[in-house]
Amino acid sequence: METPARTLLPIELEDVGYAVRKARPLVGVSGVFSQGPLTVVIGPNGAGKSVLLRLCHGLLEPSSGKIRLGLETREDRIRAQAMVFQRPVLLRRSAAANVDYALKLRGVSAADRPGRVRAALEAAGLGSVASRAARVLSGGEQQRLAIARAWALRPEVLFLDEPTASLDPQAVQHIEGLVRSIHRSGTKVIMTTHDLGQAKRLADEIWFLHRGRLVECAAAEEFFRSPATSEAQTFLEGKLLL
Amino acid sequence: MVDFFEAFRTAVRLILDLDADLVEIVLLSLRVSLTALVPAVLIGMPLGAFVAIRAFPLRRVVVVFMSALMALPPVVVGLAVYVVLSRAGPLGNLGLLFTPTAMVIAQAILIAPIIASLTRQTVADLWEEYEEQLRSLGASRLGAIPTLLWEGRYRLVTTTLAGLGRAIAEVGAVIIVGGNIAHATRVMTTAIALETSKGDLVLAMGLGLVLIALSLFINAVAFWIQDLAQRVEA
Repeated sequence: METPARTLLPIELEDVGYAVRKARPLVGVSGVFSQGPLTVVIGPNGAGKSVLLRLCHGLLEPSSGKIRLGLETREDRIRAQAMVFQRPVLLRRSAAANVDYALKLRGVSAADRPGRVRAALEAAGLGSVASRAARVLSGGEQQRLAIARAWALRPEVLFLDEPTASLDPQAVQHIEGLVRSIHRSGTKVIMTTHDLGQAKRLADEIWFLHRGRLVECAAAEEFFRSPATSEAQTFLEGKLLL
Repeated sequence: MVDFFEAFRTAVRLILDLDADLVEIVLLSLRVSLTALVPAVLIGMPLGAFVAIRAFPLRRVVVVFMSALMALPPVVVGLAVYVVLSRAGPLGNLGLLFTPTAMVIAQAILIAPIIASLTRQTVADLWEEYEEQLRSLGASRLGAIPTLLWEGRYRLVTTTLAGLGRAIAEVGAVIIVGGNIAHATRVMTTAIALETSKGDLVLAMGLGLVLIALSLFINAVAFWIQDLAQRVEA
């Protein structure tokens, strides 16, 4: 009998906390990221959004609590996910070589790589700049390249940490379109933003963090229509949440 | 001062006429220092990168020690290599003392710490920027070393040139282990020292001019590479 392929999802957080010295950027977060909805983690700056993503991605280890993933080995876990950072970290080589590098690290054969590189760049609208040095591309193009590189890995889960911070509206629109098509292709997208408009445009599901705690977790429509907590209300009204 | 200008003019003529002795000395200088650069780079760069990104006990001590070695006095290195290679020394039976090979060894020892230290700094800076991304992509720390060295390639070329500049201008070590033997181990710096002390300023000045021109050239290339890197790689 054939066993079904194991998946990374669901990612279950049980009372997860993270502390560095005296700071506690994340406190007692419990919740489940499951297959399906495009999840957007929102909250004011310093709410712990980035830390949450890094913990789930495995870049940080929780100081308390547990994160349960569907896959057991480190190797399998790395393979099943990718992450795009707020400031794209691109290698000093061409756009195409950046994608190729990531595929090579994941053990994709030399024969398969060129096709996948081209497909990923074209999907991100970067086909015409494939041979340009990655670091001379515009800010928006650099972030699209970072996303293309992550997407080329065909991850089951893609983490995006404030992918459009400090980009102009046109670049933001381009990237939001890209995120939508990645979501439609079946990859689970978990992204953070402090831009409420962006959360409204993209999210199926909202995780609302404040001061390191998960204050609210709800379907996006419901969250924006009738937030259950006063913190969320204050945040949605555009007031400073202290 | 008439003597001085006369000597200077003759020195320039030596260079323009490609005087056989002068050319031989310059070529040996280049050969010794460029050869010394090879092991210094092959050992210094991976070592510097390793120390930069790998946490291990006493790493800080190693970093400080590596920096201190950058300032190794050439005469002391010369003395140490002399002792090891001398007839009674542990490697005396190789008969390397007073050969260009001995000079290569001494210069390699002098410049390897420079290359290792500068590489460590370069790679540490890069690692800070790249660590999360590379770990996210699944690279191990050791596996990241070649990537980081390649990412720092422009700065590392400059590092290499700094090593070459130091080697070619150094006199203390090569005069001890090479002995400044004519047609065998005489390089620019040792010839300048000897000819000057003999009072024969012509050859010394000719070689001095070549040495300065070489240093300028090496620095100009280093500068140009940095400039190029900034323009093409942002």
